[in-house]
Amino acid sequence: MIGQIIQFTIDALSLGSLYALMALGLVIVYGILKLVNFAYGELIMVTGYTLFLLSGSPLPWIVMAGCGILMAVFFGILTELIAFRPVRAKSVTAVLITSFAFSTLLQNAALLFISPRSRQVPLPDLFTQSVELAGVIIPLRNIITIIFAVVLLILFALLLKKTVLGIALRAAASEFRMARMLGVPANLVISLAFAISGFFAGVVGILWLGRIGVVLPTIGLEPLLIAFIATVIGGMRSLQGAVLGGYLLAFIDISLNYTLPQDLLQFRDAFTFSFVILLLVLKPEGLIKGPATGQRT
Amino acid sequence: MFNKNTMATFFILIIPIVIIVIGVDLINIRLLNRLAIILCINMILVLGLQSFMGNSGILSFAHIGFMGVGAYTSALLAMPLRMKSMALPDLYLMLKTIEISPYLAIFIGGLVAALLAATISYPLMRLSDAAAVITSFALLVVLHTVMVHWSAVTNGPRTLFGIKAITDIYLAGGVAIVMLFLTLLYKESRYGLLLRAVRDDQVAASAIGANLSKLRWIGFIISAFMAGIAGGIWAHFITSFSPNAFYLKETFVILGMLVIGGTTTVTGAVIGTIAVSVVFDGLRAIENMINMAQMFPKPIVGMTEVVLAIAMIATLILRPGGITGSLEVGCWPSIKKRLYHR
Repeated sequence: MIGQIIQFTIDALSLGSLYALMALGLVIVYGILKLVNFAYGELIMVTGYTLFLLSGSPLPWIVMAGCGILMAVFFGILTELIAFRPVRAKSVTAVLITSFAFSTLLQNAALLFISPRSRQVPLPDLFTQSVELAGVIIPLRNIITIIFAVVLLILFALLLKKTVLGIALRAAASEFRMARMLGVPANLVISLAFAISGFFAGVVGILWLGRIGVVLPTIGLEPLLIAFIATVIGGMRSLQGAVLGGYLLAFIDISLNYTLPQDLLQFRDAFTFSFVILLLVLKPEGLIKGPATGQRT
Repeated sequence: MFNKNTMATFFILIIPIVIIVIGVDLINIRLLNRLAIILCINMILVLGLQSFMGNSGILSFAHIGFMGVGAYTSALLAMPLRMKSMALPDLYLMLKTIEISPYLAIFIGGLVAALLAATISYPLMRLSDAAAVITSFALLVVLHTVMVHWSAVTNGPRTLFGIKAITDIYLAGGVAIVMLFLTLLYKESRYGLLLRAVRDDQVAASAIGANLSKLRWIGFIISAFMAGIAGGIWAHFITSFSPNAFYLKETFVILGMLVIGGTTTVTGAVIGTIAVSVVFDGLRAIENMINMAQMFPKPIVGMTEVVLAIAMIATLILRPGGITGSLEVGCWPSIKKRLYHR
């Protein structure tokens, strides 16, 4: 019994940590621009393909992972420069379409230049080993995920609270026009938000690939959908909400996995997304209300 | 019913469709015929998307999901009984004994899609901007998940086969013309006009009594109906398909056609469909040629999509109104001069 509880807790916490990081990466951009970045999932794909392309090299794994995360940051900034900045002032719909188009562009570029089939990524032994705790076998990667997420979340919270950059980011998220008048450079802050978003995507990418072991062009869709649900549950404008939403969603998912019969389990996505629609209609601000709506440009 | 300009728009826009239909029938090459039918079906889809997106200004991802609803409904209703017991052994008894004319089935497919849209979408219509887009995205995922897993009706993720092939170029082209008429009719109607008023200035439109949710709802239903019809015609053309045909890839192509042509006008929908189809099919042909000649060690896939994505982004940056801009073809100064001031 105790073993089962430990198993459940670790499962839910590690999945929740992943979901929370995914949601945070999406919401940091949403908070400032009030716009969804559809190309967010492709940043995870970029990390995966960087790992794959480096797999033949003699570099130690940790350097490859670093390169993967750097590439995600780079592509995050690239997304902003190509899909967001030129149309930001025009209309919401235009930006959403360009970000959707950019996501398709990256996906098909991977199809075109690498391969439509899934590719193995290199992983250190650490990700495949497991430890025994109170009679249950727990994969080490789950524990790594939890530790990583907690450290990152604490660091990120410190960044937001204590540094000039963090204050500028928060100011831009709550009242963009006013922040600009007080000397916050708009383009720089937005680019930085995308860079941070890319960083989270990169870390998520490494941990996510540690779970599934292969990368393919459509790998980004699932994390994107998860991040959507988590942010909608938690509150689209609040960073704490995104984290909470991530953990909550993982808790729901794991509970359903343990309890739902197999033939209903396959409709799980339909259930969760109907729930998302319902939540958006009934309680659009989510569980935690963020700062008041500000201006976008 | 129409004013002078809209009438001119309708007749000018019919011309390319008629030329394509008759031209393809005269030339009589199988491949060309196929491409032209797909073009007409895509045009119906794009017109449907335009009638919601163009008038309300809200991006909708769910459109292709309703195409799927129409496709499965019409396929099920019109499938020969003997085929049905083979293709879908677990089908419900009531559906198992029905076989109706495919033409009627296509129409019912459109109605079912519209009915489904009407029942689920009303509360969603008061959402704007990003929330509206996420809900429509979620709706697409829900529809897709149901199609993939409702094995008794859709044969699950596997291919559904045995659908009658009845679609020819005249059916597809004819329906495209009817839908063109319907889209213009809706756009110029009281409801279309009010919806555009809401799009341009929500506060002012509400002040004169425009009911935002209801207006968007009507647009959404019409758009779903057209998507359902397109789905039915497509199903009876392609004769076997799987739920994966109704997901993000198709959404992207349809959206690309509308965006490149111009979201706000019906002219944009028609021109965009034709322009993108021609370029897209041309690129596809080049892609196939390269693959056949084995110029590269591995086959090329995805080049067409990359080009379309770049074209979409470029259009939105350089010419946000699309190729056609914000005026219907009947209102273009050069056209007007020819028509009325000779």
